[in-house]
Amino acid sequence: MLTESQIERYSRHIILKEVGGKGQQKLLDGKVLIIGAGGLGAPVALYLAAAGVGTIGLADADDVDLSNLQRQVIHFTADIGKPKVESARDKIEAINPDVTVITYKEWVTAANIAGIIADYDFVIDGTDNFAAKFLINDACVLAGKPYSHGGILQFVGQTITILPGQSPCYRCLFPQPPPKDAIPTCSQAGVIGVLPGVIGSIQATEAIKFLLGKGKLLAGRILMYDALDMKFRDVEIKRNANCPICGEHPTITELKDELDALTVCDLKES
Amino acid sequence: MNISINGKETIISENSDRTVDSLLEELDVSQRLYVTVELNGEILERPAYETTPVKEGDVIEFLYFMGGGR
Repeated sequence: MLTESQIERYSRHIILKEVGGKGQQKLLDGKVLIIGAGGLGAPVALYLAAAGVGTIGLADADDVDLSNLQRQVIHFTADIGKPKVESARDKIEAINPDVTVITYKEWVTAANIAGIIADYDFVIDGTDNFAAKFLINDACVLAGKPYSHGGILQFVGQTITILPGQSPCYRCLFPQPPPKDAIPTCSQAGVIGVLPGVIGSIQATEAIKFLLGKGKLLAGRILMYDALDMKFRDVEIKRNANCPICGEHPTITELKDELDALTVCDLKES
Repeated sequence: MNISINGKETIISENSDRTVDSLLEELDVSQRLYVTVELNGEILERPAYETTPVKEGDVIEFLYFMGGGR
Protein backbone atom coordinates (compact mmCIF):
# COMPACT_ATOMS: atom_id res chain seq x y z
CA MET A 1 0.00 0.00 0.00
CA LEU A 2 1.22 3.46 -0.89
CA THR A 3 1.56 5.90 1.99
CA GLU A 4 0.09 9.39 1.81
CA SER A 5 3.52 10.82 1.18
CA GLN A 6 4.12 8.30 -1.62
CA ILE A 7 0.78 9.17 -3.21
CA GLU A 8 1.90 12.79 -3.28
CA ARG A 9 5.47 12.06 -4.40
CA TYR A 10 4.32 9.88 -7.28
CA SER A 11 1.11 11.79 -8.08
CA ARG A 12 2.20 12.64 -11.64
CA HIS A 13 2.78 8.94 -12.24
CA ILE A 14 -0.38 7.78 -10.51
CA ILE A 15 -2.51 10.09 -12.62
CA LEU A 16 -1.26 8.36 -15.78
CA LYS A 17 -3.64 5.59 -16.79
CA GLU A 18 -0.62 3.46 -17.83
CA VAL A 19 0.79 3.70 -14.31
CA GLY A 20 -1.80 4.34 -11.60
CA GLY A 21 -1.35 3.16 -8.03
CA LYS A 22 -0.81 -0.42 -9.20
CA GLY A 23 1.92 0.56 -11.62
CA GLN A 24 3.64 2.69 -9.03
CA GLN A 25 3.61 -0.31 -6.70
CA LYS A 26 5.24 -2.36 -9.49
CA LEU A 27 8.00 0.26 -9.71
CA LEU A 28 8.46 0.20 -5.94
CA ASP A 29 8.68 -3.60 -6.08
CA GLY A 30 11.06 -3.45 -9.08
CA LYS A 31 14.76 -4.24 -9.00
CA VAL A 32 17.08 -2.76 -11.62
CA LEU A 33 20.83 -3.28 -11.82
CA ILE A 34 22.95 -0.55 -13.40
CA ILE A 35 26.37 -1.77 -14.54
CA GLY A 36 28.63 1.27 -14.91
CA ALA A 37 27.91 4.31 -12.72
CA GLY A 38 29.19 6.78 -15.28
CA GLY A 39 27.85 8.66 -18.30
CA LEU A 40 24.95 6.35 -19.11
CA GLY A 41 24.51 5.05 -15.57
CA ALA A 42 24.16 8.54 -14.08
CA PRO A 43 20.88 9.60 -15.75
CA VAL A 44 19.52 6.07 -15.45
CA ALA A 45 20.17 6.05 -11.70
CA LEU A 46 18.77 9.56 -11.16
CA TYR A 47 15.55 8.92 -13.08
CA LEU A 48 14.94 5.44 -11.69
CA ALA A 49 15.49 6.82 -8.19
CA ALA A 50 13.06 9.67 -8.77
CA ALA A 51 10.55 7.25 -10.31
CA GLY A 52 10.59 5.15 -7.17
CA VAL A 53 12.17 1.97 -8.50
CA GLY A 54 12.46 0.25 -5.14
CA THR A 55 15.81 -1.51 -5.50
CA ILE A 56 18.67 -0.14 -7.56
CA GLY A 57 21.93 -2.04 -7.85
CA LEU A 58 25.09 -0.19 -8.88
CA ALA A 59 28.19 -2.04 -10.12
CA ASP A 60 31.40 -0.11 -10.80
CA ALA A 61 34.93 -0.41 -9.38
CA ASP A 62 36.00 3.09 -10.38
CA ASP A 63 36.47 6.27 -8.35
CA VAL A 64 35.14 9.67 -9.40
CA ASP A 65 37.66 11.62 -11.49
CA LEU A 66 37.63 15.30 -12.44
CA SER A 67 37.33 14.35 -16.14
CA ASN A 68 34.07 12.47 -15.40
CA LEU A 69 32.12 15.53 -14.30
CA GLN A 70 31.52 16.93 -17.80
CA ARG A 71 28.87 14.22 -18.32
CA GLN A 72 28.46 11.94 -15.28
CA VAL A 73 25.85 14.17 -13.68
CA ILE A 74 25.28 12.02 -10.59
CA HIS A 75 28.82 12.85 -9.36
CA PHE A 76 29.70 16.28 -7.98
CA THR A 77 33.01 18.11 -7.62
CA ALA A 78 33.19 17.24 -3.94
CA ASP A 79 32.97 13.54 -4.86
CA ILE A 80 36.32 13.40 -6.67
CA GLY A 81 38.27 10.43 -5.38
CA LYS A 82 35.19 8.76 -3.88
CA PRO A 83 34.04 5.36 -5.21
CA LYS A 84 31.45 6.00 -7.94
CA VAL A 85 29.02 3.53 -6.43
CA GLU A 86 29.12 5.40 -3.10
CA SER A 87 28.80 8.83 -4.72
CA ALA A 88 25.83 7.59 -6.78
CA ARG A 89 24.23 5.84 -3.80
CA ASP A 90 24.37 9.07 -1.77
CA LYS A 91 22.52 11.01 -4.51
CA ILE A 92 19.91 8.29 -4.99
CA GLU A 93 19.20 8.19 -1.26
CA ALA A 94 19.00 11.98 -1.14
CA ILE A 95 16.50 12.03 -4.01
CA ASN A 96 14.26 9.29 -2.72
CA PRO A 97 14.35 7.45 0.63
CA ASP A 98 11.98 4.82 -0.81
CA VAL A 99 14.88 3.36 -2.79
CA THR A 100 17.17 0.64 -1.45
CA VAL A 101 20.60 0.87 -3.09
CA ILE A 102 22.89 -2.15 -3.33
CA THR A 103 26.47 -1.39 -4.34
CA TYR A 104 29.05 -3.65 -5.96
CA LYS A 105 32.43 -1.92 -6.00
CA GLU A 106 33.88 -4.30 -8.55
CA TRP A 107 34.17 -4.79 -12.30
CA VAL A 108 31.83 -7.41 -13.67
CA THR A 109 33.69 -10.54 -14.78
CA ALA A 110 32.77 -13.99 -16.03
CA ALA A 111 33.28 -15.19 -12.47
CA ASN A 112 30.97 -12.73 -10.65
CA ILE A 113 28.36 -11.41 -13.11
CA ALA A 114 25.84 -14.27 -12.93
CA GLY A 115 25.60 -13.87 -9.16
CA ILE A 116 25.27 -10.08 -9.39
CA ILE A 117 22.46 -10.02 -11.98
CA ALA A 118 20.52 -12.94 -10.50
CA ASP A 119 18.25 -10.98 -8.16
CA TYR A 120 17.29 -8.19 -10.58
CA ASP A 121 14.32 -7.82 -12.92
CA PHE A 122 16.15 -5.74 -15.50
CA VAL A 123 19.76 -4.81 -16.23
CA ILE A 124 21.21 -1.62 -17.70
CA ASP A 125 24.48 -1.77 -19.63
CA GLY A 126 26.20 1.53 -18.92
CA THR A 127 29.73 0.25 -19.47
CA ASP A 128 32.43 1.70 -21.65
CA ASN A 129 34.21 -1.26 -23.19
CA PHE A 130 33.38 -4.20 -25.44
CA ALA A 131 34.61 -6.85 -23.01
CA ALA A 132 31.95 -5.73 -20.52
CA LYS A 133 29.26 -5.19 -23.16
CA PHE A 134 29.67 -8.72 -24.55
CA LEU A 135 29.90 -10.21 -21.06
CA ILE A 136 26.67 -8.48 -19.99
CA ASN A 137 24.94 -9.73 -23.15
CA ASP A 138 26.12 -13.28 -22.62
CA ALA A 139 25.25 -13.32 -18.92
CA CYS A 140 21.79 -11.85 -19.53
CA VAL A 141 21.05 -14.18 -22.46
CA LEU A 142 22.17 -17.27 -20.53
CA ALA A 143 20.14 -16.18 -17.47
CA GLY A 144 17.12 -15.07 -19.54
CA LYS A 145 17.44 -11.60 -18.01
CA PRO A 146 16.04 -8.63 -19.99
CA TYR A 147 18.45 -5.75 -20.41
CA SER A 148 19.11 -2.48 -22.17
CA HIS A 149 22.29 -2.04 -24.21
CA GLY A 150 23.63 1.47 -24.69
CA GLY A 151 26.63 2.72 -26.59
CA ILE A 152 27.92 6.23 -27.22
CA LEU A 153 30.81 7.87 -29.05
CA GLN A 154 31.48 11.51 -29.85
CA PHE A 155 28.07 12.79 -31.07
CA VAL A 156 26.31 9.49 -31.79
CA GLY A 157 24.68 6.89 -29.62
CA GLN A 158 22.61 3.76 -29.95
CA THR A 159 20.47 1.63 -27.72
CA ILE A 160 18.50 -1.60 -27.96
CA THR A 161 16.50 -3.60 -25.46
CA ILE A 162 17.17 -7.31 -25.37
CA LEU A 163 14.55 -9.83 -24.30
CA PRO A 164 16.52 -13.07 -24.34
CA GLY A 165 14.93 -15.81 -26.40
CA GLN A 166 12.37 -13.39 -27.83
CA SER A 167 14.28 -10.57 -29.48
CA PRO A 168 17.72 -10.29 -31.10
CA CYS A 169 20.66 -10.01 -28.72
CA TYR A 170 23.83 -7.94 -29.06
CA ARG A 171 25.65 -10.91 -30.60
CA CYS A 172 22.90 -11.27 -33.23
CA LEU A 173 24.10 -7.86 -34.43
CA PHE A 174 27.78 -8.25 -33.61
CA PRO A 175 28.78 -11.91 -33.26
CA GLN A 176 32.26 -11.13 -31.90
CA PRO A 177 33.88 -8.13 -30.22
CA PRO A 178 36.19 -6.04 -32.38
CA PRO A 179 39.92 -6.52 -31.81
CA LYS A 180 41.23 -4.37 -29.01
CA ASP A 181 41.96 -0.78 -29.97
CA ALA A 182 40.17 -1.24 -33.33
CA ILE A 183 37.29 1.05 -32.31
CA PRO A 184 38.04 4.28 -30.44
CA THR A 185 36.72 4.78 -26.91
CA CYS A 186 35.24 7.97 -25.47
CA SER A 187 38.44 8.65 -23.57
CA GLN A 188 40.36 8.51 -26.84
CA ALA A 189 37.86 10.12 -29.22
CA GLY A 190 35.74 12.30 -26.93
CA VAL A 191 32.03 12.48 -26.22
CA ILE A 192 29.69 15.45 -25.99
CA GLY A 193 28.61 15.56 -22.36
CA VAL A 194 24.87 15.62 -22.95
CA LEU A 195 24.89 12.52 -25.20
CA PRO A 196 24.82 9.90 -22.41
CA GLY A 197 21.98 11.94 -20.89
CA VAL A 198 19.87 11.31 -24.01
CA ILE A 199 20.73 7.62 -24.40
CA GLY A 200 20.66 6.91 -20.65
CA SER A 201 17.24 8.54 -20.31
CA ILE A 202 15.94 6.23 -23.03
CA GLN A 203 17.44 3.22 -21.23
CA ALA A 204 15.73 4.34 -18.00
CA THR A 205 12.44 4.68 -19.91
CA GLU A 206 12.79 1.11 -21.12
CA ALA A 207 13.42 -0.17 -17.58
CA ILE A 208 10.31 1.65 -16.33
CA LYS A 209 8.17 0.38 -19.22
CA PHE A 210 9.44 -3.14 -18.60
CA LEU A 211 8.55 -2.97 -14.89
CA LEU A 212 5.14 -1.51 -15.69
CA GLY A 213 4.51 -4.00 -18.50
CA LYS A 214 3.32 -1.12 -20.68
CA GLY A 215 4.15 0.16 -24.14
CA LYS A 216 6.32 -1.23 -26.88
CA LEU A 217 9.89 -1.97 -25.84
CA LEU A 218 12.88 -1.14 -28.03
CA ALA A 219 13.33 -4.83 -28.77
CA GLY A 220 13.90 -6.08 -32.30
CA ARG A 221 15.02 -2.64 -33.39
CA ILE A 222 18.06 -0.55 -32.63
CA LEU A 223 17.60 3.17 -32.03
CA MET A 224 20.38 5.40 -33.31
CA TYR A 225 20.79 9.04 -32.35
CA ASP A 226 22.98 11.63 -34.04
CA ALA A 227 23.29 14.80 -31.97
CA LEU A 228 24.95 16.83 -34.73
CA ASP A 229 22.21 16.10 -37.27
CA MET A 230 19.67 15.96 -34.42
CA LYS A 231 18.12 12.83 -35.86
CA PHE A 232 16.79 9.62 -34.39
CA ARG A 233 16.41 6.50 -36.55
CA ASP A 234 15.39 3.02 -35.63
CA VAL A 235 16.30 0.00 -37.70
CA GLU A 236 14.48 -3.28 -37.36
CA ILE A 237 16.69 -6.23 -36.56
CA LYS A 238 15.77 -9.90 -36.77
CA ARG A 239 17.13 -12.66 -34.59
CA ASN A 240 20.16 -14.25 -36.19
CA ALA A 241 19.84 -18.02 -36.60
CA ASN A 242 23.66 -18.21 -36.56
CA CYS A 243 24.02 -16.09 -33.40
CA PRO A 244 26.80 -17.71 -31.33
CA ILE A 245 24.78 -17.45 -28.11
CA CYS A 246 21.05 -17.29 -28.91
CA GLY A 247 21.04 -18.90 -32.37
CA GLU A 248 20.00 -22.40 -33.36
CA HIS A 249 23.39 -23.97 -32.63
CA PRO A 250 25.03 -21.82 -29.95
CA THR A 251 28.79 -22.12 -29.53
CA ILE A 252 28.81 -20.04 -26.33
CA THR A 253 27.28 -22.01 -23.52
CA GLU A 254 29.19 -20.62 -20.57
CA LEU A 255 30.58 -17.22 -19.62
CA LYS A 256 34.11 -16.21 -20.41
CA ASP A 257 35.92 -12.89 -20.35
CA GLU A 258 36.61 -11.44 -23.79
CA LEU A 259 40.17 -10.50 -22.91
CA ASP A 260 41.02 -9.66 -26.51
CA ALA A 261 38.42 -6.91 -26.43
CA LEU A 262 39.97 -5.10 -23.50
CA THR A 263 41.80 -1.98 -24.47
CA VAL A 264 45.03 -0.85 -22.93
CA CYS A 265 43.29 1.80 -20.86
CA ASP A 266 40.66 -0.69 -19.65
CA LEU A 267 43.43 -2.91 -18.38
CA LYS A 268 45.02 0.02 -16.64
CA GLU A 269 41.69 0.94 -15.05
CA SER A 270 41.07 -2.58 -13.82
CA MET B 1 21.43 2.46 -59.76
CA ASN B 2 19.40 3.39 -56.71
CA ILE B 3 19.87 1.83 -53.30
CA SER B 4 19.01 2.92 -49.78
CA ILE B 5 21.89 3.32 -47.36
CA ASN B 6 21.11 4.03 -43.70
CA GLY B 7 17.72 5.37 -44.72
CA LYS B 8 19.05 7.66 -47.47
CA GLU B 9 18.26 7.09 -51.13
CA THR B 10 21.65 6.85 -52.80
CA ILE B 11 22.65 6.70 -56.45
CA ILE B 12 25.72 4.60 -57.26
CA SER B 13 27.23 3.77 -60.63
CA GLU B 14 26.06 0.69 -62.53
CA ASN B 15 28.48 -2.14 -61.78
CA SER B 16 27.41 -5.74 -62.05
CA ASP B 17 30.55 -6.91 -60.21
CA ARG B 18 29.78 -4.91 -57.10
CA THR B 19 29.52 -6.89 -53.90
CA VAL B 20 28.70 -5.75 -50.37
CA ASP B 21 32.42 -5.92 -49.61
CA SER B 22 33.42 -3.76 -52.58
CA LEU B 23 30.61 -1.30 -51.75
CA LEU B 24 32.08 -0.85 -48.27
CA GLU B 25 35.42 -0.03 -49.86
CA GLU B 26 33.88 2.20 -52.54
CA LEU B 27 31.99 4.25 -49.95
CA ASP B 28 34.95 4.23 -47.55
CA VAL B 29 32.61 3.11 -44.78
CA SER B 30 34.07 3.61 -41.33
CA GLN B 31 34.82 0.50 -39.25
CA ARG B 32 34.90 -1.31 -42.63
CA LEU B 33 36.44 -4.46 -41.20
CA TYR B 34 33.97 -4.64 -38.30
CA VAL B 35 30.76 -3.02 -39.48
CA THR B 36 27.65 -5.20 -39.50
CA VAL B 37 25.65 -5.03 -42.72
CA GLU B 38 21.92 -5.56 -42.79
CA LEU B 39 20.71 -6.20 -46.34
CA ASN B 40 16.97 -6.01 -46.97
CA GLY B 41 16.21 -6.71 -43.31
CA GLU B 42 18.59 -9.65 -42.88
CA ILE B 43 21.93 -9.43 -41.11
CA LEU B 44 24.64 -10.72 -43.46
CA GLU B 45 27.27 -13.11 -42.22
CA ARG B 46 30.67 -11.52 -42.72
CA PRO B 47 31.96 -14.24 -45.12
CA ALA B 48 28.99 -13.42 -47.37
CA TYR B 49 30.06 -9.80 -47.87
CA GLU B 50 32.42 -10.82 -50.68
CA THR B 51 29.91 -13.00 -52.48
CA THR B 52 26.70 -11.01 -52.09
CA PRO B 53 25.96 -8.72 -55.04
CA VAL B 54 24.43 -5.28 -54.55
CA LYS B 55 21.27 -4.93 -56.59
CA GLU B 56 18.94 -2.13 -57.66
CA GLY B 57 16.57 -1.23 -54.82
CA ASP B 58 18.59 -2.88 -52.06
CA VAL B 59 18.02 -1.49 -48.58
CA ILE B 60 21.31 -1.49 -46.70
CA GLU B 61 22.00 -0.54 -43.11
CA PHE B 62 25.46 -0.23 -41.64
CA LEU B 63 25.49 -0.99 -37.92
CA TYR B 64 28.52 0.26 -36.08
CA PHE B 65 30.26 -0.75 -32.92
CA MET B 66 29.81 1.87 -30.23
CA GLY B 67 31.70 0.98 -27.09
CA GLY B 68 31.40 4.10 -24.95
CA GLY B 69 29.18 4.55 -21.95
CA ARG B 70 31.07 6.04 -19.07
